Amino acid sequence: MPIPTKNANLSRRNFFLFAGSAAAALSGLGLVGCSGSGAASNGGSTGSADSSSAKKVSGSVTAVGSTALQPLVEAAAEKFMETNPDVQITVQGGGSGQGITQISQGAVQIGNSDVFAESKLSNPDDAKKLIDNKVAIVGMGPVVHPEVSIDDVTLDQLKGIFTGAITNWKEVGGQDLAITVINRASGSGTRATFEGAVLGGAKVPESFKPQEQDSSGTVAKMVAETPGSISYLAFSYFSDKLKALKVGGVEPKEETVETNDWTIWAYEHMYTSTSPDEATQAFIDYMLSDDVQGSLVEQTGYIPVTGMKVTRDASGNVTKK
Amino acid sequence: MPAMSKRGIERRGRLITGSCIALVVLLVVTLIFMVFSRGLDTFFKDGISPWSFLFGTTWNPHQTGDDGAALVGALPMIAGSFAVTLLSCLISLPFSLGSSIFVVEIAPGFGSRVFRPMIELLTGIPSVVFGVVGLTVVVPWIRSWAGGTGYGVLAGSIVLAFMILPTVTSLATDAIAAVPDAYRDGSYGLGCTRWQTIVHVVLPSALPGILTAVIMGMTRAFGEALAVQMVVGNAVQMPRGLFTPAATLTSVLTMGMGNEAMGTMYNDVLWSLALVLLFMSLVFILIVHLIGKKGAARHD
Repeated sequence: MPIPTKNANLSRRNFFLFAGSAAAALSGLGLVGCSGSGAASNGGSTGSADSSSAKKVSGSVTAVGSTALQPLVEAAAEKFMETNPDVQITVQGGGSGQGITQISQGAVQIGNSDVFAESKLSNPDDAKKLIDNKVAIVGMGPVVHPEVSIDDVTLDQLKGIFTGAITNWKEVGGQDLAITVINRASGSGTRATFEGAVLGGAKVPESFKPQEQDSSGTVAKMVAETPGSISYLAFSYFSDKLKALKVGGVEPKEETVETNDWTIWAYEHMYTSTSPDEATQAFIDYMLSDDVQGSLVEQTGYIPVTGMKVTRDASGNVTKK
Repeated sequence: MPAMSKRGIERRGRLITGSCIALVVLLVVTLIFMVFSRGLDTFFKDGISPWSFLFGTTWNPHQTGDDGAALVGALPMIAGSFAVTLLSCLISLPFSLGSSIFVVEIAPGFGSRVFRPMIELLTGIPSVVFGVVGLTVVVPWIRSWAGGTGYGVLAGSIVLAFMILPTVTSLATDAIAAVPDAYRDGSYGLGCTRWQTIVHVVLPSALPGILTAVIMGMTRAFGEALAVQMVVGNAVQMPRGLFTPAATLTSVLTMGMGNEAMGTMYNDVLWSLALVLLFMSLVFILIVHLIGKKGAARHD
């Protein structure tokens, strides 16, 4: 960092003026912590003021990606900026693919994703250049139109429905009503999670082309209005207008996800580069702290990472903690 | 001295307007270059044959077919786009033409004071509103009499018909209003009724303009994404009927773009879809120019 040395012989007042304007002008370049080191090179005459300014982080952080994760990150960013007014955090959507593209290119500080970066990048080795911060768990489950008469399906029946082998509710013990499958956009994190847990590698035949929708809100609306329809949503989108099914007798809720009895869940990732700047690291630390994990995560409908009794890796292997 | 400053003003004016043009041209050329360079990657970098892209009927870029080639047939979407575009024009044309005739030939005062501003207001409504109306009104309505889910080509066409109504109506109104009054006077002078005048004199003279209006409407319908995506069903299969879910180029493009990382084959293919869209716009614009030239020749 050339700036602190350049400023070493400026007066303290000038230095702060300069550092302030430089930080404002170059905030996008990760120019953080310069006020701390610069002040230190000024000599020991200003002890107490220095230590307080050294703790303060400043800079600007841009987080891009998953729309599913966006509400949580936005809420956390707002709280973080209240206690750290010198940090400017911008949270944008765009989809998990965008998040991973942008962080791999170094265009942003944080890339949000519903899926492991390995599954998105054309060269999976590129994922090694990123740090994977798992900040929350999202549980998902099958939802049906409220008039569908069954409450419980087996994993095999679900697989049959989503591969087109089962086309009427009476085949799984319900009324005589055609099943309308509403899928998520191919490549969406929710779909990848659901298919990973339910299809277990089974190939969907080319002849089976259910309709697709991209946004969770639209899917919730469609399932509530279309008789005989089935789709899948994150727990936070469950409502009285939909019926959430049990799978093999297991209820979709936080406790069953934590023990992996409910297998349809995914991590929410916040990828950073291997050497994140100070403000980015501080924000990630905050996301993993009790302030966020204990309250915000649950308020926004996610499950805290801290409560999980198992871990899962990018290839899907589950191990007990 | 005044002569000098006048020349100075001239020069400055030319500089300002010239740089505006340069900026716009630069922007357009950059955009076209971007779509081309990314869209062509599918064929040059990923080695997919243009034939299998344009005429393949299976779309599943995450998987490969039995022969190992990626399943990136875009024909279902191209067909879906054309189906909703043509059908929406068919639905909106009678309404547009009827109201244009009414406001020009029958009640010009009402037309310019009330109807024109009202129809122009329609253009300002964001497309997501049309989509939500489609989702909550059009789709359940179709489901109630046609069965099935209600999502499909017809639902998409009805929503699009509403969206292109202002474009087609105002352009058709202009075209009919541009027919010289001498034509009408001549027709009345020969003893024709108003109906005869409209059908045999006004409409044939305004035909090139009306065709332009239709093509402009088609351009808009072809490129509209959000509202269609909400009601068309987005099942990438060849459209088999009006009531089965289908997909359009734009709906697949908007759903996929955010989910796929740059540089992957899937992302490249999405850019190729954008290339097809761009090419179609070009065709539409060429047709408009051709009609414009012919129309001008006729009036001379």
